[in-house]
Amino acid sequence: MAAVVVKDLRKVFGDVAALDGVSLSVRDGEFLVLLGPSGCGKTTFLRIIAGLERQTSGDVLINDEIVNDITPRARGVAMVFQSYGLYPHLTVANNIAFPLRTQGTTRPEIGRKVEWAAGLLGIDHLLHRRPRQLSGGERQRVALARALVRNPTVFLLDEPLSNLDAKLRASARSELKQFQQKVATTTIYVTHDQVEAMGMGDRIAVIDHGKLRQVGTPSAIYDHPADDFVASFLGTPPMNLVEHSGGLLGFRPEHFLPREMLDGAALSELLFRIDRMEYLGSERILYGALDGFQAKCDVAAKLPAHVPLSGIRAGEWHKFAVREAELRYFDRDGRCTVSPKEQAR
Amino acid sequence: MSAIAEAAAPRRPPRSRFTTFDRLEVLGPLFIIPAILYVVVLVGLPFLLALYYSVSAYSIFNPSWTFVGLKNFREVIDSEIFRRTLANTLIFTISAQIIGLLLGKIGAMLLMQEFPGRRLARALIVLPWAVPVSLATLAWVWMFDSLYSVINWTLVAAGLIDPAHRPQWLGQEDLAMIAVVTVHAWRLFPFGVVIFLAGFTSVPQDVLDAATIDGAGFWRRNYQIILPIIAPIIMIALIFGTVFTFTDLSVVYLLTKGGPINSTQVLGTLAFQVGILSGDVAHGAAICLFLFPFLLVAVILLLRSLRRREI
Repeated sequence: MAAVVVKDLRKVFGDVAALDGVSLSVRDGEFLVLLGPSGCGKTTFLRIIAGLERQTSGDVLINDEIVNDITPRARGVAMVFQSYGLYPHLTVANNIAFPLRTQGTTRPEIGRKVEWAAGLLGIDHLLHRRPRQLSGGERQRVALARALVRNPTVFLLDEPLSNLDAKLRASARSELKQFQQKVATTTIYVTHDQVEAMGMGDRIAVIDHGKLRQVGTPSAIYDHPADDFVASFLGTPPMNLVEHSGGLLGFRPEHFLPREMLDGAALSELLFRIDRMEYLGSERILYGALDGFQAKCDVAAKLPAHVPLSGIRAGEWHKFAVREAELRYFDRDGRCTVSPKEQAR
Repeated sequence: MSAIAEAAAPRRPPRSRFTTFDRLEVLGPLFIIPAILYVVVLVGLPFLLALYYSVSAYSIFNPSWTFVGLKNFREVIDSEIFRRTLANTLIFTISAQIIGLLLGKIGAMLLMQEFPGRRLARALIVLPWAVPVSLATLAWVWMFDSLYSVINWTLVAAGLIDPAHRPQWLGQEDLAMIAVVTVHAWRLFPFGVVIFLAGFTSVPQDVLDAATIDGAGFWRRNYQIILPIIAPIIMIALIFGTVFTFTDLSVVYLLTKGGPINSTQVLGTLAFQVGILSGDVAHGAAICLFLFPFLLVAVILLLRSLRRREI
């Protein structure tokens, strides 16, 4: 069953289309990550599902019911905002209780639910504090608890980790994922951070300029990007794209290795001029150019740092190779296609 | 050899004519002295003088510095006109505050909406505040005039009142109070608009969106989220407006001079009449200072609750 379905959603601000015909179905209990660069329309998408913004055209369905004309409070969604949107004048307990009060829940029931949500997120000792007395991580949990108490059909999370420092973000990421699995509530998570998307999503929807580029599992998106945008948006460094017989040829930096490191057949050998090297602790990234290929930006190769760099020096040409199975082809419009060889067959 | 000696000698820093003024401990006091002087000479000294006048027998006919204790205050309290004035002052201040702030809130909410000409409307709304009080009040005097009142004309034209019994806005005791409160609320209202606008724009959009999603409708969002968040700002407006109104005499003096029969007499106008026009400086000062202790306590309490509420 699909918890949330959107059909041909369009949203226009002035003459800018923030969303340009997005259709997507989110399965019940699924953790779907909406990934895209800033200003791609992902937050607008979330706000339309929440009912904070009205779409120009298209339908939103929650639990198989069209909710276009239904107010946010009646949609049964809960949202966690980028800056959490906690009520600064209320204590943590009253923040969590607020959505219950608006529903007219009885006082003992409110107390019980607040305690349950606070216990689940480990913030029971903070119930009497005000938001300003909390750390970033604690605020995020309060926002989650507030979203949780209403038993929503869908959780909408708008970059909830972007205000946390790098170390906290890593732990919050796994906690959030575990928490979602525990409560099994359908979740739509918006982020521009591909690490969050890859690490947390059951599926990822990549969006750019208001258009959905690809929806799929993290590995499908990474290994088989549907177009050159998805290919160049995911991965650090992203997929190498070089011009090749009218289209583009793509390969991941980690598959582009010195010839001597690869054995077996079905290899594409390429002559690589190394311009500079970056040592990143666990890996080395080599940037340079390919002999006989044009590329918009530097071609990168990612080598494990423990491999000795015998004879590879900056400024020199070296024989590199990619397994043919790892090569991706994109046509003139940037869409993924089969290799020219197969096309000829 | 001489080159080495030259290089080794510590180089003198280049002289600058700004050195003295660059030092914070010189510059700081220098900047704050005008403000302190202003307060001491133009506010502090007259205030101390008034304090002494109020416990002396000073009048312009007999400028004596004889100390009479609280005699002036006792006599003032015993006077029926003063007691009526005190009641008037409270009615005038509280009603003008409430009406001004309410209108301010409504005006601010309207000005938060998007509509063509919003910037112009925002600029125009400050006019009652920016126009000199004498000019504005004169316009109101004509609007309330017994013969030429445009308000009466409108009411008659709309068939709401009998042309034979036109209300005498400034001549009837109850109506005169309504008139002065109206004009003062009109003067306060732009201040309320500005304060509420500042308050509304300071509430983060995320918080409002969160409240909407949490199921709060218009009223709940307004009274349980927005108002408590902007309460400290409103409190400042309230303190300012209250003190401003308690000590103000311009609107009342220009509209009714406290009449008819003291029905709009407020502490400011009474003190002016007794202390300056009649020359009884000591009693004028006592009337002026009568509310000072109450105001002081009220302001301290308000400021304290403000600090507690700080978010």
